[in-house]
Amino acid sequence: MATLLDFRRRIRSVKNTQQITRAMKFVAAARLRRAQEAAIAARPYAKELRRMLRSIMSRIAEPQHPLLAHRREERILAIVLTGERGLAGAFNANILRKAHEFFRVNKGKKLSTLPVGKKGRDALKKAGFSIIAEYVNVLARVDFATAREIAVLVTDLYAKEEIDSVYIVFSEFKTVMTPNLVVTKLLPVEAVHADEESIAEKETSQVDYIYEQPKEQLLGKLLPRYVETQILRAMLESSAAEHAARMTAMESATKNAGDVIEALTLHMNKVRQAAITKEIIEIVSGASYGA
Amino acid sequence: MLPDAIELVIVTPEKQLLREKVVEAQLPGENGYLGVLAGHAPLITELGIGELSYHGLGGKVSTPLAIVRGFAEVLSDRVTVLAETAERAEEIDVQRAKDALARAEKRLASNDPNIDWDRANIALQRALIRIQVATKRRSALVAGS
Repeated sequence: MATLLDFRRRIRSVKNTQQITRAMKFVAAARLRRAQEAAIAARPYAKELRRMLRSIMSRIAEPQHPLLAHRREERILAIVLTGERGLAGAFNANILRKAHEFFRVNKGKKLSTLPVGKKGRDALKKAGFSIIAEYVNVLARVDFATAREIAVLVTDLYAKEEIDSVYIVFSEFKTVMTPNLVVTKLLPVEAVHADEESIAEKETSQVDYIYEQPKEQLLGKLLPRYVETQILRAMLESSAAEHAARMTAMESATKNAGDVIEALTLHMNKVRQAAITKEIIEIVSGASYGA
Repeated sequence: MLPDAIELVIVTPEKQLLREKVVEAQLPGENGYLGVLAGHAPLITELGIGELSYHGLGGKVSTPLAIVRGFAEVLSDRVTVLAETAERAEEIDVQRAKDALARAEKRLASNDPNIDWDRANIALQRALIRIQVATKRRSALVAGS
């Protein structure tokens, strides 16, 4: 039978845990805000670049570039973006599940991976996938240099025809509650699809530009940039999603700790009351003997 | 009718640096500097390493920005600059640029066949332009005071 002291100890320990989870929740919330701001700040560049790329591609009759070349997908590379640390609910597990699903669908082909984030690296290594490169400890502060490094690596492999396609698996940040797992094709670069901006663009799409450099050369310079921004976007999204997942996980952990404390306190009080009652009975019955 | 001002937009992969109405802009094109006024013919160019300056609507000349590579699209009433990096003079760490310059010079001076010439060269130019932009601002401040 647990004594009062045991209860007090347990309650204290749960309270300590609760304080930690609460602090982690606030830290995650602050980081989420920063990550969201960074993701929003990166949008104008991506948008303008996409527009410029589309405008150039539409003016070249048959765009030719190693990054546009379609091949039969025999050797596939998947870039998997996970978190660096755990304690983020099912965030890492969800991405890895998605990645495994992707690998299952493409069974029989030559698969390789490029994990970004420690959690994904560890899991994929353990599962025995061939890893061509790994990037860990880069997501704490997402910067363009890392995205570029990854982009240079994969575009090189692609241009040398060592791989036939590149996919990127990551968690898109939609809202705090609903993560959105996506698998998108990075290479070959598909025809850049028009979106809502394209209506306003119609007028400029007829303009005849003066090209300071040959169009093909410009296209050759724009395409790698485009791949870079795609990777950067994925990293920013993934980092925001990770912080959001951690925030919700810690929020529910804090709430759960509160429930546990309440239950323990109630139980403790019952035990205490039982002990007091027992003592009173002992005293009363002792007194009646003496009378 | 020609528009009387151009909208200058400068973005880098990490953020949007500027969106402002200007009278004139000078861009560091790959094939040399180009000055853009309102009503310029549509043009797309690669950017090199250099400084970008513009005249605001009030007629005053802005402090230049150090631009490292990218692209620019010019339309009659709009200039969009997609730069890999763009820094205002006050953001530049002169000491760091000087260190980078010294490193690049040393690398270019050495006879090591393993060095990446292009990279060292770019590093050198980048350091030079950053120092140039940063010191220009400093001297302007001294002259103004």
